[in-house]
Amino acid sequence: MTHANTSAVVCRNVGRAFGTNGTSRQILTNIDLEIAAGEIISIIGASGSGKSTLLRALGGLDVGFTGEVLIDGTAVAAYDPRCAIGFQEPRLLPWATVTDNVAIGLPEGTPKSTATARVAELLDLVGLAEAADHRPREISGGMAQRASLARAMARDPEILLLDEPFGALDALTRIKMQQLLLDVHAQTGTTTVMVTHDVDEALLLSDRIVLLDASPHTEGATIANIFTPPAPRPRASHDPALVVLREALLAGLGVEPLASSKG
Amino acid sequence: MTTLEQTERLLETTSPATPPDTDGTGTALNTTNPADTTRFIDRKGVKPAVGFLVPVVLLVAWWVVAAAEVFTAVQLPPPVAVFEAAVGLIQRGDLWSHIGISVQRVLLGFGIGAVLGMIFGAILGLSRWADALLTPLLGALRAVPSLAWVPLLILWMQIGEDSKVTLIAIGAFFPVFTTLYAGLQHVDPHLVEAGRAFGYKGFRLFKTVQLPAVVPSIFSGLRLALAQAWLFLVAAELIASSMGLGFLLTDSQNNGRTDRLILAIILLAVLGKITDTLLGLAEKRAIARWT
Ligand SMILES: Nc1ncnc2c1ncn2[C@@H]1O[C@H](COP(=O)(O)OP(=O)(O)OP(=O)(O)O)[C@@H](O)[C@H]1O
Ligand SMILES: [Mg+2]
Repeated sequence: MTHANTSAVVCRNVGRAFGTNGTSRQILTNIDLEIAAGEIISIIGASGSGKSTLLRALGGLDVGFTGEVLIDGTAVAAYDPRCAIGFQEPRLLPWATVTDNVAIGLPEGTPKSTATARVAELLDLVGLAEAADHRPREISGGMAQRASLARAMARDPEILLLDEPFGALDALTRIKMQQLLLDVHAQTGTTTVMVTHDVDEALLLSDRIVLLDASPHTEGATIANIFTPPAPRPRASHDPALVVLREALLAGLGVEPLASSKG
Repeated sequence: MTTLEQTERLLETTSPATPPDTDGTGTALNTTNPADTTRFIDRKGVKPAVGFLVPVVLLVAWWVVAAAEVFTAVQLPPPVAVFEAAVGLIQRGDLWSHIGISVQRVLLGFGIGAVLGMIFGAILGLSRWADALLTPLLGALRAVPSLAWVPLLILWMQIGEDSKVTLIAIGAFFPVFTTLYAGLQHVDPHLVEAGRAFGYKGFRLFKTVQLPAVVPSIFSGLRLALAQAWLFLVAAELIASSMGLGFLLTDSQNNGRTDRLILAIILLAVLGKITDTLLGLAEKRAIARWT
């Protein structure tokens, strides 16, 4: 394997089965995917199709998969330090303030002064400056999710993995946070893999959209299709090319084109 | 989110594994409807005051029964006799040394046992190897009744302070060890995984995620350990000592001084309650900070 080709992340024939004593259930099968450095990828699929499972494999949170996951040519390690993850649930430490929770994401050994400034900056970016000293139980679900996003960003990772990062946000905050993600990405160029349920979000943000669906050949989900939104960002959701893609995506998710265009 | 809440709830419900509080210092389990804050019992200072009612009634009943001479003075001396016994011992300068040495033994033994319990609980709760190696042995040692240690300890350490403090430390060790060990098994795996995902491992992970998560367990373990320490103190002093409240018990029994015997029991109750209350206050603060 030559180092530093165009792919920052490569999945080769990745599969994952879960099972206890004898009964094994194949969740993912035969996933082949090459993600270029700097790409924003959305993973979309029905609930339970294995999106989180795939994301966890990419970040080395789960190393029980078959096949290969390579980051810049080397196999992903357990809890790979090159990745940072925003979990599907916020997973904040209940006894720590929002500030301290975000600071958890900083790379080990960050000098104190840098750390304080960086965390304050991130809290400001995600609109939590006011809640900096609050405990997780004192903030709303959407605020907790933003804290979790800030924590992942604090890592300044090579690969940012986000599991439904905007799911708990109200429409307005969601738009702000999507914009934030794009702004940060424009600055850092971090390879970003994001799980989402929202077709429009995927269409507006990603370079490519990976659709997971049941494999026609065997048990488990695999990549049913990869969609590439045509226009460069920023995109308008009423762009005709996107409208066509949206219908194709919704059809891929098993939604009739007549239904509401919201995912 | 849900698992997190569940864990929090679990910690909340398991943490006050202590006797119900009548003085209102510990974590009150009988939380009341917020609409009822004006109820008399919920007013500040009412609950602790109410807690003194029954003891006062008992004192009066004791006084009445003794005055009616239902029992002989040896069986049940009147309250005044117990008070005079206390005054007598104070005048001889004995009471403070009995109390002092007992408190010293309890605090030393409790401290040593609690620290060791935390160290072992943490190591065995976190390391599978240490767990597999040592947990069966500790389980068996825990099953040994406290008094069974006494002859061996006396043989090894003579009838000095060491053997007594060691016995108390053994008594204090197990509650702390057991609750911390069990608490660590129940730390929300989602939080631990989040810690690991951000590069935390080993002691850093323990300090950041696991230790704060088990603070409530540690405190319920400490409170049990403190009660156990007083229990083991009396065991140690009953058998071999020339000072202390346990000695006062046996000595008074041998001399037929029931007044002093009752005094010793009351002192044990009061001291046990005071130390538990202090620990309960610390627990309350720690739980407010760490949950
Ligand atoms: N650790 C595990 N042990 C057993 N089964 C698991 C485990 N993790 C995931 N699964 C199973 O794998 C399947 C896919 O789970 P996953 O969380 O990846 O779905 P998802 O696509 O992220 O769903 P959602 O959109 O609802 O978040 C589910 O059926 C789940 O029960
Ligand atoms: Mg998921």
